[in-house]
Amino acid sequence: MHRYMPNTVADEKLMLDSIGAKSPEDLFTDIPQELRLKRKLNINNALSELELSDHMKSLGGTNKSADDLVCFLGAGAYDHYIPSIVRHLAMRSEFYTAYTPYQPEISQGTLQIIFEYQTMICSLTGMDVTNASMYDGATACVEAAMMAVENARRSLVIVSKTVHPEVRRVLKSYMRFRDVEVVEADMADGVTDVEKLKALVEAGTAGVIVQNPNFFGIVEDLTEIEKIVHANKAVLIDYVDPISLGILKSPGESGVDIAVGEGQSLGNTMSFGGPYLGFLATTSKLMRKMPGRIVGQSEDVDGKRAFVLTLQAREQHIRRYKATSNICSNEGLNALMATIYMTTLGKKGLKEVAEQSTKKAHYAMQQLTKGGSFKLLFNKPFFKEFAVAGAAPGSKVNDELLKQNILGGFELEREYPELKNGLLLCVTEKRTKEQIDKLAQVMEVTR
Amino acid sequence: MKDYNKLIFEISKEGRKAYSLPPCDVPEVSLESMLPGSLQRGSEAELPEVSEVDVVRHYTNLSNKNYGVDTGFYPLGSCTMKYNPKINEDVAALGGFSNIHPLQPAETVQGALRLMYELDNMLSEIAGMERVSLQPAAGAHGELTGLMIIKAYHESRGDIKRNKIIVPDSAHGTNPASAAVAGFEIVEIESDKNGAVDLETLKGVLNDEIAGLMLTNPSTLGLFEQNIKQIADLVHEAGGLLYYDGANANAIMGIARPGDMGFDVIHLNLHKTFSTPHGGGGPGSGPVGVKSELVKFLPVPVIEKKGDSYVLDYDRPHSIGKVKSFYGNFGVAVKAYAYILSMGADGLKEVSLKAVLNANYIMSKLKKYYSLPIDQICKHEFVLSGLPDDGNHVTTLDVAKRLLDYGYHPPTIYFPLIVSNAIMIEPTETESLETLDSFIDIMIKIAGEAKENPDMLKTAPHDTRVRRIDEAKAARSLILKWDGNKQ
Repeated sequence: MHRYMPNTVADEKLMLDSIGAKSPEDLFTDIPQELRLKRKLNINNALSELELSDHMKSLGGTNKSADDLVCFLGAGAYDHYIPSIVRHLAMRSEFYTAYTPYQPEISQGTLQIIFEYQTMICSLTGMDVTNASMYDGATACVEAAMMAVENARRSLVIVSKTVHPEVRRVLKSYMRFRDVEVVEADMADGVTDVEKLKALVEAGTAGVIVQNPNFFGIVEDLTEIEKIVHANKAVLIDYVDPISLGILKSPGESGVDIAVGEGQSLGNTMSFGGPYLGFLATTSKLMRKMPGRIVGQSEDVDGKRAFVLTLQAREQHIRRYKATSNICSNEGLNALMATIYMTTLGKKGLKEVAEQSTKKAHYAMQQLTKGGSFKLLFNKPFFKEFAVAGAAPGSKVNDELLKQNILGGFELEREYPELKNGLLLCVTEKRTKEQIDKLAQVMEVTR
Repeated sequence: MKDYNKLIFEISKEGRKAYSLPPCDVPEVSLESMLPGSLQRGSEAELPEVSEVDVVRHYTNLSNKNYGVDTGFYPLGSCTMKYNPKINEDVAALGGFSNIHPLQPAETVQGALRLMYELDNMLSEIAGMERVSLQPAAGAHGELTGLMIIKAYHESRGDIKRNKIIVPDSAHGTNPASAAVAGFEIVEIESDKNGAVDLETLKGVLNDEIAGLMLTNPSTLGLFEQNIKQIADLVHEAGGLLYYDGANANAIMGIARPGDMGFDVIHLNLHKTFSTPHGGGGPGSGPVGVKSELVKFLPVPVIEKKGDSYVLDYDRPHSIGKVKSFYGNFGVAVKAYAYILSMGADGLKEVSLKAVLNANYIMSKLKKYYSLPIDQICKHEFVLSGLPDDGNHVTTLDVAKRLLDYGYHPPTIYFPLIVSNAIMIEPTETESLETLDSFIDIMIKIAGEAKENPDMLKTAPHDTRVRRIDEAKAARSLILKWDGNKQ
């Protein structure tokens, strides 16, 4: 007997008798003998709950978490504060043990939360519509690129080199199999090189992807880029940090056609890279090209307000091989946590998180560069991340920081060999002046 | 609260707050001095302003409008709605797993890498594969990744003509969609009268343009594809590869392995077979496994063991690249790992034995009252073809909606497409005889109501928070967000 399986031997006997079989094995006579596994699986014997718990604590204990280390690492996953109620509410098992809301009469909880999520994401991004979330920021960006390709029936996508390297990598893997050409637009002084971009965009361009704040934390001015893209009737895709939208100009205000991004920083733990949620928001004009689940408001037969999945004719289970996206699930529970986070922080709180992150990041930059050992790589307006370089390789600096239980920056040479000794540091509202001063102090003496 | 019917925006009041942050302890500087006004947003994002109690009450009330596996029986075919063990939630939430950054130095995350390496090994053993990548975020994502691998394999041999994938008409909707997204043309083949692959039909479409065949086994009808060995031989002889959709793997653990059946590439659904919660529509996880000759095409990074330590190997020139940021849905992988350790080898086999017994038991009891198109032993699920037509025109949808009144989540309906009025029932192994008996009684009762009081079914549900919803109106009016007081 295993604790997760209630039926006893006596129960099984009753059931077998009713079916007219002698043993459970009789129900497998349809599997040819030569295909049967004639041995036991090479997997250990079952652990009790206590043994499992001890094993997992010991295994987890060999990792150094952001509880043990002071985290100045960002680059796509962020250590923002998560209010206690986010997990408490997400752990209501009526939410997390439910399936996709295909039976809306008993799924109004999930459906209404997605509707609220859609409202908040639209408000943050300044876009007209959004879906119920996607796997992560990178795959949301790929879906946006495919929307651009489908919309224009063109097969060239241009992506700025200041877009997160992981996002560009995922984009290339997908597009390689779809006969869509991906061209990277160069950067100049840490931002998209507008002149070079202008030379690249032509009549065959389906879409242009930029990131804001970009991979280096710099806030790019999209005014010129928007004109270039739209003059060529291409689609402008903006990969944004949702926390930054507490203070920064929204994609909608910048004339963007599709806003995408990684929603992890909205109340989701870093969890070694996943599960996160991607968001994708667009204009009414492109709505029907948008993949993924969407919730709409309707009413029931008694006239009561009710929510339901809508526009399903776009989706894979209806279109099958004619579908332009194969996405089936969303990241429901992650979107739920993002919704509860946005609700808890609210209008003022999200702004305050964004402002404190900006102020602390700028203070850190000043402390790091004032002694002269490190210089700021790009002198541009930035949000919560910035790039510096000193005389020592980034890896050496990080090793010294780790000895002091500080998780240092992203070593930029891994992705941008020309940025010698470059380190991308991230400062969220969680960091204190004392922690920042310590960071500066340790880095100052690393040669 | 009875009949709670508010949106969070409707309880918002200027000046309320649910958060607290420490005062900013770095010297005060104006925002404008850091970010020019032209880069700042013109108006505040319209997020709610509510107190902490408001947030907790609101979402608790919404949770009461939901139905999960913890609420009751959830026999949703093809979805394997088994019990989601609580201890797995606890261990995945440990700071050592939930609060680690994906770009930390490898020496600081050895436990996480070891867990992923061992899960890869265990899933490989269960499926009969050489290696497994945990990167895909869902079943459909796994399919796409597997198909990319198949394409990369043919291309690496210079066999560039192979641009077609065979998909049976019984397949999950994601199968043909994934093949299309991977850049393949789809050749759909008709199933035989038992819902199985027809060998003659298959032979007719095999040629040197076929890259592979996608198959679920047991099939979407819950029946084991008995000719699988011949199917595999035929496809392999024609130069193609076999893809296994692991949605139905709960029927065969420790009993038969896709690798031994001849499958070359597989995905498994950690959120089905390996007990991780569905989360109201995600996050899932769809690891992809491959035979040895295909390992070099797996997404980067692959986790390798070097001496006593674990490393992320990116130096793999034949890899298809990345299909997702970082390493997949790690948090989901932690729960699946904990599940496998909790079950052990014997436990996993028992899962499949009991899942199949539970399904056959319900089938044997219900076939007298509902049409059963194929009457043979089933695996972990079976498909009914609605109620016998007695002139009352009660539909499968009506049966499903009536089940809501009795407190059950309905089975999957109208899928697979090859069975008319399909009702697809998958009880899973975590349900007791008493639960199955109660469900059977209610299904029989509903069959009786369909004869005696058909209107009761046609207007069901009667007893839920909301009743049947006007889906056409939702699609027509397209209210996709709250729009202030205009509504």
